Amino acid sequence: MERHDLVIIGGGPAGLAAAASARRAGIQDILILEREARLGGILNQCIHNGFGLHTFKEELTGPEYSARFIEEVEREHIPYKLNTIVTDVDASRRVSFVNREDGAVTVEAGAIVLAMGCRERPRGALSIPGYRPAGVYTAGTAQKLMNITGFKIGKECVILGSGDIGLIMARRLTLEGAKVKAVAELLPYSGGLKRNIVQCLDDYGIPLLLSHTVTEIHGKERVTGVTISEVDENRRPIPGTETYYSCDTLLLSCGLLPENELSLGAGVPLSRITGGPEVDDSLETGIPGIFACGNVLHVHDLVDFVSEEAGRAGLHAAAFIKGEERKNGSVAAIKTAGGVRYTVPQTVDTVNMEDKVTVRFRVANEYRNKALCLYYDGKPIRRIKKNVLRPGEMEELTLLKSSFRDGPVSEILIALEDQ
Amino acid sequence: MSVTELTCIRCPMGCALTVTVDGDNITVTGNTCPRGAEYGKNEVTNPKRTVTSSVPVEGGEIAMVSVKTKDEIPKGKIFDVMREIHAVRVKAPVSIGDVIIPDAAGTGVSIIATKNIAAK
Repeated sequence: MERHDLVIIGGGPAGLAAAASARRAGIQDILILEREARLGGILNQCIHNGFGLHTFKEELTGPEYSARFIEEVEREHIPYKLNTIVTDVDASRRVSFVNREDGAVTVEAGAIVLAMGCRERPRGALSIPGYRPAGVYTAGTAQKLMNITGFKIGKECVILGSGDIGLIMARRLTLEGAKVKAVAELLPYSGGLKRNIVQCLDDYGIPLLLSHTVTEIHGKERVTGVTISEVDENRRPIPGTETYYSCDTLLLSCGLLPENELSLGAGVPLSRITGGPEVDDSLETGIPGIFACGNVLHVHDLVDFVSEEAGRAGLHAAAFIKGEERKNGSVAAIKTAGGVRYTVPQTVDTVNMEDKVTVRFRVANEYRNKALCLYYDGKPIRRIKKNVLRPGEMEELTLLKSSFRDGPVSEILIALEDQ
Repeated sequence: MSVTELTCIRCPMGCALTVTVDGDNITVTGNTCPRGAEYGKNEVTNPKRTVTSSVPVEGGEIAMVSVKTKDEIPKGKIFDVMREIHAVRVKAPVSIGDVIIPDAAGTGVSIIATKNIAAK
């Protein structure tokens, strides 16, 4: 059976950064498997700017950001296959894939990096009543159709969901001459970045309807309108608040879901909160030699953090391949409280960890004037004032290896408390 | 004297700015970096934006090339710039940085390609 030291599933920003990092760490035999016709992943359709402020200290568009990583992969002659679907991964690190040139192939991998990204929540999962007229798209699908294929999406649009994709598409459609009548958001706050509320909605006078949702789609062959209702504190539509908006297009921006069918097939334990694999500080999953990074691990806001995370995954995958297994470690579980929804990683090996480990997390609600508190087995270690925290903005906390020199810790607690 | 509350859009932090205009004197507070101070000043005097869009490509491996204004343009000129972007097509190959429109809508700012597209 063909064997490769490192197989990377996904040639988007995570896969590319992991590959570059593994090559820098000395791994020659790498194979990136990508299902699209080009490398670059989701960045190929993210033609807006705002990428790269941390990584390159420049504000780039999505394609410009991915071009930098694609250039490095080409320069280093890192092998990749396009138009290739991975159909199976197993716990022995065998990867099966299909494409026109090779047919159906199974290879053995010294290590695997999972970098498959995420999918959008579709209309079926939202149970919005109505027929199935043309003109209902998830926001990312509309983005791909507009930006890659050049299709016109519609003339009068309503958008459900105020996450970043919905906001970006509100602006995109407006610039293309469509009328975006409203963005409805189920929650009492927006899940997107504040800058996007300003530059995508406020700039164009597009109303943001918080605590509202679409309760019916009208039209049989093509969308003719939607009904928007206000919702109560339990997110249930309030009878009598129905408002009809005529439109020919409805965009859905209602959540991103890490795409882990392959991980499930391999038996990789997943977190029910993130939807992605549970990992330790080396980004290794519960199956030895299988690592995860990027949106398949947890949905990110900034691609810069994806690149950083994927770089670490590539580095640790390289160490695994070189036989530098972690020995005699001491694993601490990271617990959360007070509104911290989850952390990535979920565990830390306090003996074998790097000098600094970035723990990333999201909060469950909008919070003001809180303190982010760190405890080791109940002992307070650090307290940081956080004036504003939002679910739509990923946060981070750095753990220092030197802070564990007093001995093993079994539980690390990251909690929000009042200031 | 006028006081305006703004959200800075220079980076994903979205700092809450307070911009005070007193005659010729403009002060910005709430920013956590110098770019925010500059944004606050510009926003009350001459607000500018970067515009991104896409242009059809003839003979390329994909149908559309993404483009952007090389620098920010006045907010009031966004739709004039879009009108010019909608009127053009380019021929493959296209490289990142290629000038698609040298001076968009009299702003003095060019529209450049942000994607590499090889000829089919």
